[in-house]
Amino acid sequence: MLTIKDLDVWFGHPPERVDAVRGASFVVARGESFGLVGESGSGKSTILRAVTGLIDTWSGRIEVAGQPVTGRHRSRAFHKTVQMVFQDPYASLHPRHSVDRVLSETLHLQGMDRIDQRIATLLDSVGLGRGFRFRYPHQLSGGQRQRVAIARALAAEPQLLLLDEPTSALDVSVQAEILNLLADLRRDRGLTYVMVSHDLAVVAHMCDRLAVMRGGEIVEEMTAAALRQGAARSDYARDLLAASRGYAAG
Amino acid sequence: MTPLLSVRDLRVSFPTRSGSFQAVRGVSFDLGRERLGVVGESGSGKSMTGRAILGLVRPPGKVTAERLELDGESILNLPERRMRKLRGARISMVMQDPKFSLNPVMTIGRQIMESYRLHSGQGGQAARDKALDMLRAVQIRDPERVFDAYPHEISGGMGQRAMIAMMLAPDPEILIADEPTSALDVSVRNEVLRIMDKLVRDRGMGLIFISHDLNLVGQFCDRVLIMYAGRVVEELPAHDLHAARHPYTQGLLNSLPRLDQPVERLSTLQRQDSWRDADIATPLPGGL
Ligand SMILES: Nc1ncnc2c1ncn2[C@@H]1O[C@H](COP(=O)(O)OP(=O)(O)O)[C@@H](O)[C@H]1O
Ligand SMILES: Nc1ncnc2c1ncn2[C@@H]1O[C@H](COP(=O)(O)OP(=O)(O)O)[C@@H](O)[C@H]1O
Ligand SMILES: [Mg+2]
Ligand SMILES: [Mg+2]
Repeated sequence: MLTIKDLDVWFGHPPERVDAVRGASFVVARGESFGLVGESGSGKSTILRAVTGLIDTWSGRIEVAGQPVTGRHRSRAFHKTVQMVFQDPYASLHPRHSVDRVLSETLHLQGMDRIDQRIATLLDSVGLGRGFRFRYPHQLSGGQRQRVAIARALAAEPQLLLLDEPTSALDVSVQAEILNLLADLRRDRGLTYVMVSHDLAVVAHMCDRLAVMRGGEIVEEMTAAALRQGAARSDYARDLLAASRGYAAG
Repeated sequence: MTPLLSVRDLRVSFPTRSGSFQAVRGVSFDLGRERLGVVGESGSGKSMTGRAILGLVRPPGKVTAERLELDGESILNLPERRMRKLRGARISMVMQDPKFSLNPVMTIGRQIMESYRLHSGQGGQAARDKALDMLRAVQIRDPERVFDAYPHEISGGMGQRAMIAMMLAPDPEILIADEPTSALDVSVRNEVLRIMDKLVRDRGMGLIFISHDLNLVGQFCDRVLIMYAGRVVEELPAHDLHAARHPYTQGLLNSLPRLDQPVERLSTLQRQDSWRDADIATPLPGGL
């Protein structure tokens, strides 16, 4: 579903050029859920942003469903295949657009018909009652906003969802609801996920395999089972796993 | 022995169009020379409790309490002039994001010197030495460089350490840390916690550690208060957190995915109206 090969992503020009991603390669099969973990600034979001066409300064190969993409140009078909959900449900929704407007504009953009009916179905599928349809972002809780953001991503009926820390801004009880929702949607619709998170337990719960990033590079790829067993091969991944197990005095 | 801090029936309310909104509804606890964790979901009143203790609730917010005592002396609604003397000198607060607490146009070193000078009356070389000492105490390897740096020139973890150095320069008796590590990566987080832990032990400070991270509080603190809708619904020794009895605490713990216990589906919290107002079992005389 997604192939990344020798991906370099940079920002700015020398001498200030930042090499945010260097030589990253991984493959995500259809229906699989793949995690990206690593400390902040390690390049996780940059990979997702390069895939969706938000960055043009990259080289290497990005293929979605067998189709290579170039620069920032993405076809309409691409956006019907790939959608992204961001960490901050507050920043990703326009404050003066109602839920109804957010969803109907997205549906129009995707050239969908039966908009009215589709909005109702979308709201149902993310567990928001019809009563939420005409609310504005400030009338929603953080979890409800993230549900709207997921509904918007689903509007295009995509096959691949890129999830950038989708629950990091939420309380743990709300996180559990959103993760359950994402798991249900993947099962029911056969979706493929690439999910960025700094929380290893979340990644182990949601993903089959994952890559550990550091300073723009992928240092290790491992299975969720290996992650649970703490069976990392590289020193860096081992240290990250140990640190994530929590605080130990000494 | 008198506790460092004694709080009984602390309440914080805000007037709204539909009557008064109670953000904190009768919180009671004593703090000794220990690490006391305060956990709960966002909006449960954790920060407001910390701010009320420090006299930082702005009007029209209103703070009342049956008792709010520092070393046996009331600090409830002191005039701002007197409160300012306490703040920093005897009780300090570290906030989640150093960006909002550090002055962007003053070097880190000057800010620590200033905080020390305000409470010790000492400036000049003494304050400079103290500032460098404090930067070393928070494990900053290159204290001279950080001393001369502006906040935007250092990383988040470094900024948080600088912030702690500044708060600790006047040797406060109590440190209130509000989500001090939530914005940090795990390795940096653990380092910052170790520094705070050492300071509590070496200086006999009392620490109120506010966090939404139950696991972390369970590992780091001595005792934990769990807040729900402005009240403390349960109090536990930190190492007994996993034996929590209140369904809210249990629900929060169960909703966390765990590396060591794979589950098919995460359990979610079924909130009950009774959690807001039901009686609470408590070791404190007179109830919470
Ligand atoms: N628009 C940008 N301009 C310049 N540098 C950027 C930009 N976006 C990200 N970076 C840099 O790229 C690196 C990787 O960032 P990011 O992918 O956001 O990390 P992560 O998501 O792993 O926290 C960081 O050093 C970051 O500062
Ligand atoms: N200035 C204010 N006016 C009215 N309500 C407020 C104000 N500040 C905070 N609150 C409310 O007080 C409650 C407790 O907030 P807070 O202590 O910040 O929660 P926490 O730190 O546990 O997330 C929340 O419901 C919040 O919306
Ligand atoms: Mg990111
Ligand atoms: Mg708070």
